[in-house]
Amino acid sequence: METSILAKAIVCGCSALGAGVAMIGGLGPGIGEGYAVGKALESMARQPEMRGTLTTTMFMGCAVAETTGLYSLIIALLLLFVNPFTGLF
Amino acid sequence: MDIDVTGARILISKPEWGGFMLTETVVVTWCVMAVLIGVCFVLTRNLQVHPQTKRQVIAEQLVGAIQNLVRTTMGERFLSTWYVPFIGALFALSAGCSLSSMVGAYAPTSDLSTVLGWALLVFVLITFNKLRSNGPLGYLKSYTEPIPIMTPFNIIGEIATPVSMAFRHFGNIASGSVITALIYGGLSALSGMVLGLLPGALGDALSHIPIFAAGIPAVLSLYFDLFSSFLQAFIFCMLTMVYVSDAAGGAE
Repeated sequence: METSILAKAIVCGCSALGAGVAMIGGLGPGIGEGYAVGKALESMARQPEMRGTLTTTMFMGCAVAETTGLYSLIIALLLLFVNPFTGLF
Repeated sequence: MDIDVTGARILISKPEWGGFMLTETVVVTWCVMAVLIGVCFVLTRNLQVHPQTKRQVIAEQLVGAIQNLVRTTMGERFLSTWYVPFIGALFALSAGCSLSSMVGAYAPTSDLSTVLGWALLVFVLITFNKLRSNGPLGYLKSYTEPIPIMTPFNIIGEIATPVSMAFRHFGNIASGSVITALIYGGLSALSGMVLGLLPGALGDALSHIPIFAAGIPAVLSLYFDLFSSFLQAFIFCMLTMVYVSDAAGGAE
């Protein structure tokens, strides 16, 4: 009985740690989107009449770049709220 | 401090009907659909060749905006097809479902099932367009390009399209609601802690009122609920249009 509670505590703690580690993946989209927005601003400064098209394309690119960050977010949410590993004990 | 982060609640469960479950997602989606149908019904009464009412001008503006979006993204050849109303309906349903969290309801788009259903619909459209433009044999052959050894990667890439579309929409909306819940709980706890420092019965009474949680979450809600809803609906529609017009190829 004691061992099972200890095992569950370890699994819960490690799940929380894993969720935190998974969110390191949020770094990549941050850098990528910042780069995309910076480049879009540069081109807008060069050609202000292209503003509409550039904004649309920039949002599209940001959304696509965001995907990897959202994958890590989903893994973190799974570890935190679904607790897939507590059923093992 | 209690933080309530749950999925969709199950309202009615009938295991004897083959595991039938009526969840909040379905009910809220029905409500959104009813509202959208009502709006369409009201906007399209008494249409005239020369718009007389403000209602008709608004309706024409909305239809014109969707047509313009389809024209610039997909090209002229899709303008007279049913893609225009399809994209418009997808946008309205997605935005409406996400915006339902502003009135306190559960947002159906923070349930993966909803957006995965839409993404599968888009996947069927993409495959249909590829089959129509290349023919069945050309479609199968496109998996072996540029070299046959790339076939597994092409198949994974094909499956990744709807999965990433669904995860993108779901992740944005669901993370917004999770962050809002966390901040709300955190601010309530903080105001309880700070006001609990006041001496005597006054501090005891005040520490139960979450004063800090009054204004700050509203600003975040403006971003997560209003901006993010429209942005995700727009991106979902844009990706749908890009993938479909790409699949239809250069068949003019």
